[in-house]
Amino acid sequence: MMQLAVLSGFVLAAFAPLLHRWFGAGTSFVLAAFPAALALGFLSLMPAVMDGEVVTYAVEWVPSLGMSLTFVIDGLSLLFALLITVIGTFVLIYAGGYLKGHPDLVRFHIVLVAFMVSMLGLVLADGLITLFVFWELTSITSYLLIGFNHADLEARKSARQGLFVTVGGGLALMAGLVMLGTAGGSWSLAELGTMGDVLREHDLYAPLLICLLLGAFTKSAQFPFHFWLPNAMAAPTPVSAYLHSATMVKAGIYLMARLQPSLGGTEMWIGILSVVGAFTMFTGAFLAIRHTNIKKLLAYSTIMALGTLTMLLGIGTEGALIAFVTFLLAHSLYKGALFMVAGILDHETGTKDVTAMGGLRSLMPVTALVAMLAALSLAGIPPLFGFIAKELMFESVLEAGAFRWLILLLAFSAAFLTIGVAAIVALRPFFGERRATPRVAHEAPVSMLLGPAVLAVLSLLLGLVPVLASMGLLTAAASAVMGEPVTVSLSLWHGVNLPLILSLVSLALGYVLFRQWDRVRARLARLDPLIARGPESGYDAFMHWITVVSDWQTRILQNGYMRNYLMVMVLTLIALIGNSLLLRHSPEIAFHLDVRFHEVVVVSLMVMGALFAAITRSRLSAVVSVGIMGFSIALTFILFSAPDLGITQLLVETLTVILLVLVLFRLPRFATLSTPLERVRDFLVAGCVGVLITLLVLTAWGIDQFVPISGYMIENSVTLAHGRNIVNVILVDYRALDTLGEIFVLALAAIGVIAMLKLRATEKSKPASKEKESTDG
Amino acid sequence: MVKSGTLILHTAARILMPLQLLFSVFLLLRGHDEPGGGFIAGLVAAGAFTLYLFAFGVSATREVLRMVDPRDLIGIGLLLGMISVFPAWFMDQPFLTAQWWEIPGIDFKASTPLIFDVGVYLAVLGSVLAMVMTLMEVDKDEP
Repeated sequence: MMQLAVLSGFVLAAFAPLLHRWFGAGTSFVLAAFPAALALGFLSLMPAVMDGEVVTYAVEWVPSLGMSLTFVIDGLSLLFALLITVIGTFVLIYAGGYLKGHPDLVRFHIVLVAFMVSMLGLVLADGLITLFVFWELTSITSYLLIGFNHADLEARKSARQGLFVTVGGGLALMAGLVMLGTAGGSWSLAELGTMGDVLREHDLYAPLLICLLLGAFTKSAQFPFHFWLPNAMAAPTPVSAYLHSATMVKAGIYLMARLQPSLGGTEMWIGILSVVGAFTMFTGAFLAIRHTNIKKLLAYSTIMALGTLTMLLGIGTEGALIAFVTFLLAHSLYKGALFMVAGILDHETGTKDVTAMGGLRSLMPVTALVAMLAALSLAGIPPLFGFIAKELMFESVLEAGAFRWLILLLAFSAAFLTIGVAAIVALRPFFGERRATPRVAHEAPVSMLLGPAVLAVLSLLLGLVPVLASMGLLTAAASAVMGEPVTVSLSLWHGVNLPLILSLVSLALGYVLFRQWDRVRARLARLDPLIARGPESGYDAFMHWITVVSDWQTRILQNGYMRNYLMVMVLTLIALIGNSLLLRHSPEIAFHLDVRFHEVVVVSLMVMGALFAAITRSRLSAVVSVGIMGFSIALTFILFSAPDLGITQLLVETLTVILLVLVLFRLPRFATLSTPLERVRDFLVAGCVGVLITLLVLTAWGIDQFVPISGYMIENSVTLAHGRNIVNVILVDYRALDTLGEIFVLALAAIGVIAMLKLRATEKSKPASKEKESTDG
Repeated sequence: MVKSGTLILHTAARILMPLQLLFSVFLLLRGHDEPGGGFIAGLVAAGAFTLYLFAFGVSATREVLRMVDPRDLIGIGLLLGMISVFPAWFMDQPFLTAQWWEIPGIDFKASTPLIFDVGVYLAVLGSVLAMVMTLMEVDKDEP
């Protein structure tokens, strides 16, 4: 069962502490067996998927709401699932070396495995709601991973930023998914994939597309939401290698690719995706060269890659979609490897600054070799797989319809800037004169070299024998994105054509950029004030205003005075009910006076109780007179033959009086705090709400909008529920879920009372051991 | 605050409490057919203990309760409420569908609503008692 296999990862995550006790330092390997096994499972599905089959594992979740846990595996999901599990395996092993001896390694393992499962769920889910649930789970787990070093202010800030941006986009995504489900009349992605013609013509097309794209763009760090990704580099490097190269940031890309058959191909889709993508691509590459921090360099080049992928989806021709899947695979391989190399450098030298490193080639020959291979792929130099991807990208840009020359210009600039970045990352640290680094560098342990080495070798292998990739996985993936069968045939040599010439020119320019990098960086420093006013300042301003507004509303609405809360609540009530009552239903007062003597007595008791409670100057008599009102209400229930209600009201009233008396003894005496004018105001407000509720009740008397459900309940009470007391049958059978909720609320209230009183009391009596007590109690 | 009181209160509390508790169980069990039920019965039981509390104070009441802490009652009540969910689950029926089992020999039907009702009873009793006792204990701490 696929669902069981994938979701068992959550259980595994929960057991991570236990595994740590059993296996100690070997836990990483034990945990890595989980994604490795899943990867084998996915590989076994490969032949079927290659034949164009769509493997479905149907499981109902909440059938009455149309929610299913169904997993659907086609070429696209399989490509993603394999990337997630294979890279996940290596990242877990790598993290075991990188975070060796870290006191919080357990926490890291828990969250990373949970993230892995969420990500898998996201790419396998067929239901829109299921997809959304997993989507949000990846946001939350990645928040915990970015903020892993939570003692560090910068890490906390970056984690919060990532969370705000992606979850804010998630809100839009939810709206978009709901609209998509409504427009298509189905909540299954597989079904929606076949009804593109209906969806593209639908009235909701524009709003739902914008909402969905907001979700995808924030998650996949597209301009202008790109700023959170470089900041997320505060995370430990294994997290960046996993989340920020191959998985989390590609979730948005996955979503767009998934929706390409249902929503793609319109003018709006092509326009937004190709322009935003191309602009993101250029921005990422351009901002990258300003940085000397190796992780930031890689983060910005990831933004460039994400932009490229979006742009290719926007162009949307068959060639572009083949380029899309190829680029996706190539990028995941080399970027995962490069991030892990960056982690090795940081781990071994103690710095992330590439200008502070040099000549490490002889000390770390294997790392140097891996870095070279991966960077060659990043730069798109034959015979690496990245070269094929870049050629295809240029080819599809040249066949783009709208905005061709703009996109080509941006793509070309991004390409040569990226070559510069690749050279900086792979050459600066390893060549040139040896520099003294904070730590004396050694070759990294095998556990840390394994992952990047395998990924880099794969980049080389797929470049030399591209048929390995194109024959199986990529054909199926491209077909899934296209929505119809596509043949992918990749080759290194395409002959002398425009893409090759563009590659060569960009290579030359990239080399010049690398040689002149220090000077270029100094020049670019002049742009700093402009960049500081970029989208991130918008985010900062937004956060600033959130604090200002919440500060203001706390001062006005929640200032801790009971009278103030009451006033706000009552006024809101008057505004809302009054509006609806007076404007929508003209109050009709339809009743005839037919009262008995004892009813008059009960009502006058109530009135007297209320009046006395309002004017008395003693708290105790106020409580008692409110109690009189309560008892009179109980009496009313009994008079109108509702004994259960009557008894309940009576008991609740008794206990309320007891509780109130217990509490009131602790309060100071009544005092006059308000001015006469304020009293008049309070009187008016109270009078208004009284009149309004009276009107409401009288109007409700005459309105009969719904068929009452009580008939059904009375009829079936004995036959179905085996009980003659309908009130109780409702409580424990018909509406048992409500009651279950209520007793939980009651229990929470009791716990709240205990916590408030006991903890306060301990605080007073033992100020020194306050913290210990509060954690124990 | 509560002056452990007069002779009349003492005697009344001592005699009334068992009767009230008995009455609460009666209300609980007959609740499905006649006025009563877990919520009301829980309140009656809480009233019984509260009367005893007012007469003899917190520590004496704790002695009467022996090993049982009201807070545990809350937990047990919620647990029973949750347990009553499972039979329907195993029978592959919708969530919280009532199950009935005839017990041969005596004229009594066991059912998940009954388990649920007992859960409500204990949760209500525990919550109210915990609140009242906490309030009185704090009061005692600060004379």
